[in-house]
Amino acid sequence: MNRYPPWKSLLFAGVMLLALVLALPNVFGEAPALQLSRKDGEPFTGDSAVQTFRELLAAQQLTPDAAFVQDGRVVLRFADVPGQLKARDLIDASAPGSYAIATTFASRAPAWARLIGLKPMSLGLDLRGGIYLVYEVDVEGAVKQTLQRLERDYRLALREKRIQYDSVEGGSGAVVVNLKDGARLEDARSALAAVDSNVTLEVTGGGSGPATVRATLSAVQVKQRQDFAIQQNITALSNRVNALGVSEASVQRQGANRIAVQLPGVQDASEVIRLLGKTATLEFRLVDQSGNALEALQTGHPPLGTKLYQDRRGQPVLLKREVIVTGEQLTDATSAFQQGEPAVSVRLDARGGDEMLRTTRENLGKPMAVVFIERERQLRDQGGQKVAVDVTREDVISVATIRGVFSNQFVITGLTPREGQELAKLLRAGALAAPVFIVEQRLIGPSLGQDNIDKGVRALAIGSVALFLFMAVYYSAFGLVANLVLVCNVVLLTACLSLFGAALTLPGIAGIVLTVGMAVDANILIYERIREELRNKNSPHASIKAGFEKAFSAIADANVTTLIAGVVLFLFGTGPIKGFAVVLSVGILTTLFTALMGSRTIISLIWGRRVSITRLPV
Amino acid sequence: MEFFHSVPRFRFMAQRRTCYIVSALLVVGSLGAEAFHGLNLAVDFTGGVVVEAAYSGPADLDRTREALRSAGYGDVAVQSFGSSRDVLVRLPPLGASESAGTVTQKISTALKTIDAGVQIRRTEVVGPQVGKELVVKGVTAMAVTVLLILVYIAFRFRWKFGVGAVLATLHDPFVVVGVFAITGMTFDLSVLAAVLAVIGYSINETVVVFDRVRELFPIMRKSAPIEVFDRAINETLSRTVITKLATLIVVVALYGFGGEALKGFGLALIVGILAVTYSSMYVASGVALDLGSSHRDLMPAERRAPVDDLP
Repeated sequence: MNRYPPWKSLLFAGVMLLALVLALPNVFGEAPALQLSRKDGEPFTGDSAVQTFRELLAAQQLTPDAAFVQDGRVVLRFADVPGQLKARDLIDASAPGSYAIATTFASRAPAWARLIGLKPMSLGLDLRGGIYLVYEVDVEGAVKQTLQRLERDYRLALREKRIQYDSVEGGSGAVVVNLKDGARLEDARSALAAVDSNVTLEVTGGGSGPATVRATLSAVQVKQRQDFAIQQNITALSNRVNALGVSEASVQRQGANRIAVQLPGVQDASEVIRLLGKTATLEFRLVDQSGNALEALQTGHPPLGTKLYQDRRGQPVLLKREVIVTGEQLTDATSAFQQGEPAVSVRLDARGGDEMLRTTRENLGKPMAVVFIERERQLRDQGGQKVAVDVTREDVISVATIRGVFSNQFVITGLTPREGQELAKLLRAGALAAPVFIVEQRLIGPSLGQDNIDKGVRALAIGSVALFLFMAVYYSAFGLVANLVLVCNVVLLTACLSLFGAALTLPGIAGIVLTVGMAVDANILIYERIREELRNKNSPHASIKAGFEKAFSAIADANVTTLIAGVVLFLFGTGPIKGFAVVLSVGILTTLFTALMGSRTIISLIWGRRVSITRLPV
Repeated sequence: MEFFHSVPRFRFMAQRRTCYIVSALLVVGSLGAEAFHGLNLAVDFTGGVVVEAAYSGPADLDRTREALRSAGYGDVAVQSFGSSRDVLVRLPPLGASESAGTVTQKISTALKTIDAGVQIRRTEVVGPQVGKELVVKGVTAMAVTVLLILVYIAFRFRWKFGVGAVLATLHDPFVVVGVFAITGMTFDLSVLAAVLAVIGYSINETVVVFDRVRELFPIMRKSAPIEVFDRAINETLSRTVITKLATLIVVVALYGFGGEALKGFGLALIVGILAVTYSSMYVASGVALDLGSSHRDLMPAERRAPVDDLP
């Protein structure tokens, strides 16, 4: 008798059942779809939004196959591309400019699968087509900007204190101040230190002759400036990518100074690059309290000296025409807690600080607003032709009351923690932008993507069928068991990848094929052992038991070493290589599980209960 | 069905010295091919521009070159790719004045002068610094993999086995890279991934043989180490052959049916598997044997305690 502990068999059956359910959505494939998000960033909620679009389309005899809200976006799935495109034009015409409409693909999986959170593997760029961009942030340029700003501020500070200088020069990592009169060296030093106390100041000369102060940024400051530059660009890029409304788009930091942007399904590279390349800025302005914003909105004529804006909720706000400070003068903005309350702490350069000091002194207790200005390109319908138009979006992102006199450092309070983080992000995005340039650009056309899928799947199918035949011929009935275990392995692997939300890439498919090829090794190790045991005249049951036990250490050691290679690949790889590494590593784990537990369960189920077997079909 | 009805008795280890020479020649040959023939590195590593385009009819490579030259790209490689309609255009890294967007735009405009229905299937623009970093990363990844595996094997077996395994493992990627140098096939990111997979696979193979050696040493206490190694290889031979066939089946499918994008990946694995089979049998075991692996290295610790001292 050869009984496998029932709990192990049950565990295997349970895992496989779960895996089947998880892997199921991958079977249904995808259909053309539209993904709608609101341009003001507010999420869609509830069925009413969906109902609105359904009715809009129904008026033109257009019925989506499915319509639902997912992650704050409305997804409308259609049977074919013409339907999808017709719906896009209809929705765009119904409310021009208020929705970001992305043409995309949605899973055909039934609604219940979606409701319990089951998702198919998403397809990587090389399979779906799309654009992959890697931006490099010029961190050295960012540091140079800081030095230039320091140079300006130093001139201002020295002039204010009436200290004469020969020159204030920035360059090669430092700002050098040459003083005419060494006697005022100490005054100069303290004036410069007041601009930014974190900067290291080195003094040479003095007395009656000329003197020099050399200002250098500390390593921490350089690092901070670089991180700021990268974060700022990530925020800016994310904002614009979100505005594109592309589904499954991603913006990720890569390495020390790079940002990778993935835009699946997007094809017009130059247009996208233009769009993403736009820079944002900020304006601090006083709120005009004398006029009536609602009235101005209705009449379309704001009072003299004011300008009408909208805040992020669409409420009208009247602001004074004079700009106090712009984004170029903002050096840092971080969200923090002050006295237990969420706050955003803002730093300006010296020039901005002076302006702010004057303004706050005169306007204590009055509200001040921050306007976020972003230029974007929109496609407008003009006489049946799509024309790109530059549109400037100006949003009031914060209105706060001036509660004290301040200059270059202040905090904005009265926010929820989320609002605080959002505001700090936007402020940083609007600060003087660090230069970026594209170091990598890949564009994969949709036909190539489909080709890659077809060929990858074909290779997988042909390879698997040939392998199945080989195993069945060589190991007869046990070979069929190995094949069944292989199928279990692929199902489990698919389930795991779907569960992790991993994107399937072409190297990923190659990884699956390789896993299939290597997974049989575990079964072969076991079967060869069983044959050996049988040759040594052991009973069939004892041979099965010994075969599994003796093969275990070889299987474990062999797979751990391959796993090491997989993990290293994951750590060092980027993009598609990472995808391959994930599949390879997860594949090894599923192989261990299915080959050891699965094979044993199935073999025990078939041959374990038979008391008198003389031969094994191995 | 069975290829080996009983355990064969090949004397593998007797030929190990010859195999060292063969391996040395393979590695030197590979290095030579890389030095003289050069490796056809993809833009992933060198930086540059690649455009894959599909014409509506058979592609005319000369006219394509001509069109690109008049567009201002003289230093350009044009080759057919996959089918007769597909061409691959490759340019060296961009100067500072040109942006990725404009180059691809200009190339596609140039190709459209030949065939208005030409379809741009893929464009890749990689900066030279990205490529350089990738090379460094790739080499580091290989070094780290090998080091970690050495540690693992040394921990699970003995250091002598670790050295044998690592030498065999280092040998395999050389062979793969050498074949790419000789054939001139493009060495791209996916081939690099395949090479790293071969490293893992190579270790996998070596471990199976070593595992058997470890098992046999206590049983064959009277035999010389060389006999133990020979028997271990012979006993695992059947499995080695079957596993290799099984893996080769799917890898050949990848090479033959996976399309242009997986061809290099498939070839690297085919060559890798053949190299692995050879090196795991001869190099790994041979080195472990020549470093003086004996019963003492693998006997369980308690058995090594001197029993004779007892009264």
